[in-house]
Amino acid sequence: MADKVLMKGNEALAEAAILAGCRHFFGYPITPQTELAAYMAKKMPKLGGTYLQAESEIAAINMVLGASSAGVRVMTSSSSPGISLKSEGISYMAGSDLPALIVNVQRGGPGLGGIQPGQADYWQATKAPGHGDFHLIVFAPSTVQEMVDLVYKAFELGDKFRTPVMILADGMLGQMMEPVTLPSALTAVPDEKPWAASGHANKRKKNIINSLYLDPNLLEKTILERRKRYDQITAEEQRCEEVQCEDAEIVVVAYGASARVSRSAVNQARAEGIKAGLLRPITLWPFPTDAIARLAKSAAAFLTVEMSMGQMVDDVRLAVNGARPVAFYGRTGGVIPTPAEVLTAMKSLIGG
Amino acid sequence: MAIVFQKPKALTDDVFHYCPGCTHGIIHRLIAETIDELEIEGRTVGIAPVGCAVLAYNYFACDMVEAAHGRAPAVATGIKRARPDNIVFTYQGDGDLAAIGMAETVHAATRGENITVIFVNNAIYGMTGGQMAPTSLPGQVTQTSPYGRDTESAGFPIRVCELLSTLDGVALAQRVTVDTVKNVRAAKKAIRRAFENQVNKRGYSIVEVLSSCPTNWGLEPNDALEWLRDNMVPYYPIGVYKDLYPEEGQT
Repeated sequence: MADKVLMKGNEALAEAAILAGCRHFFGYPITPQTELAAYMAKKMPKLGGTYLQAESEIAAINMVLGASSAGVRVMTSSSSPGISLKSEGISYMAGSDLPALIVNVQRGGPGLGGIQPGQADYWQATKAPGHGDFHLIVFAPSTVQEMVDLVYKAFELGDKFRTPVMILADGMLGQMMEPVTLPSALTAVPDEKPWAASGHANKRKKNIINSLYLDPNLLEKTILERRKRYDQITAEEQRCEEVQCEDAEIVVVAYGASARVSRSAVNQARAEGIKAGLLRPITLWPFPTDAIARLAKSAAAFLTVEMSMGQMVDDVRLAVNGARPVAFYGRTGGVIPTPAEVLTAMKSLIGG
Repeated sequence: MAIVFQKPKALTDDVFHYCPGCTHGIIHRLIAETIDELEIEGRTVGIAPVGCAVLAYNYFACDMVEAAHGRAPAVATGIKRARPDNIVFTYQGDGDLAAIGMAETVHAATRGENITVIFVNNAIYGMTGGQMAPTSLPGQVTQTSPYGRDTESAGFPIRVCELLSTLDGVALAQRVTVDTVKNVRAAKKAIRRAFENQVNKRGYSIVEVLSSCPTNWGLEPNDALEWLRDNMVPYYPIGVYKDLYPEEGQT
């Protein structure tokens, strides 16, 4: 077991990507993902890799598309307004079946918003990361250690299902320091990618990386083929952490930074004799619908806590499917809810 | 029997979708001949644009990537950085390169990305049916400049080679036409040099090819070439605008 080191979330994520064999980073400066790019700028040249500061987020994501087309592990990172700009390239990558890691260290929005932590890009990440019929796999870490661990998973699943994968973090996780155990480095990036456009060397038929299908029947066929992969991901890859949910009468559902706050609130509630539990989605897409549907049979009520005006709560309601009341408590615009606020919301839900 | 002329190997057997009289076919052929002559097909990756040449990924026999509108230089950058031994070229029209993709173009050039850019300038958006392009001439009538391009409101055309020639990262910026046999030969030479520069790791090379669009200009093919000579060439003079190795350009 490797020693623990104290690292900022942004830097730990960057180091994990390097350990996972990623040698190509394309990005554009934006707060609060700054340390991630700076770490890559420092490390990549020493490793014979690429750190390239692009002229825009749009250019950066298209560089990612190019590098992924050529078959290498590649990533970009940004924060909320930058992800909006990347949405064009994300859609093209999904339509071209290209894996890559996209990190969103969320801040408050809309528009320029603010630079304090936010979770207001949930809808964007899970429902509409770009135009067209597609999904991203979306991971939501809530500790620095999990920022590290999910990087490996993200690259692995991206390659397996040929899809872009997003790690949806936030400014709090990116900026905070925690002790982490770094995984051992992958000695070789796995799997030659037979579909890659990296020169046919006169040995195979040419490869075309493309998202254009002028024949609607053919386009439909490719989308439905991709949907089969989405169905498989939904069946196999739902992840969540359940804390004290077995006997919980009230289940708080929260991810990322707001899950840290909610965990404290649940502990306080238990100390006061309230049977509370926390369900923390680790994958936001696929959403852990199965676990929530199961808890809807035993729990009396659900409280969704987010740093937004209420976005993930839609998916919680769909999972609960009317069986139990689902309430929402959130702060937004860069304001972080306190455990006391969450506890009050829990009490009012039980009392009401 | 000796073969004196044949289709380049670097072109597939797919039938071009281009309109009669359009010069895309000639330009495709010149690129393919170059790829054959340099024996680089096996390590070449081409980037198709959005525009009339959007289906170019079907026509070249090397590996191909279809980029979003204007993003070909960024996609090419990603490939080249990931696989420096690949020969990477983009094939872009005027809307793609000089309007929506101008930032990507200028920055790939100033970074000296070791790629080859073939820029087809026909002063109009062809695929969408003939709208005003960044390179449409003052007074030029298009679907979206029905009274002629009014420079008071629509501004002036962009001279891409002149603009890019100010950048230190550019190894070669040359403008050619393919309106006569002589000029086709000169264009071939320029395109070949733009690929050779990449093989020799010299940085960004762009060849701008003035091209005709009989369909959207509303002219017969020969009249379109006449119009090109009379109107485009005076505004976009043929020539070498930047060349880091001028001695190699001599015949």
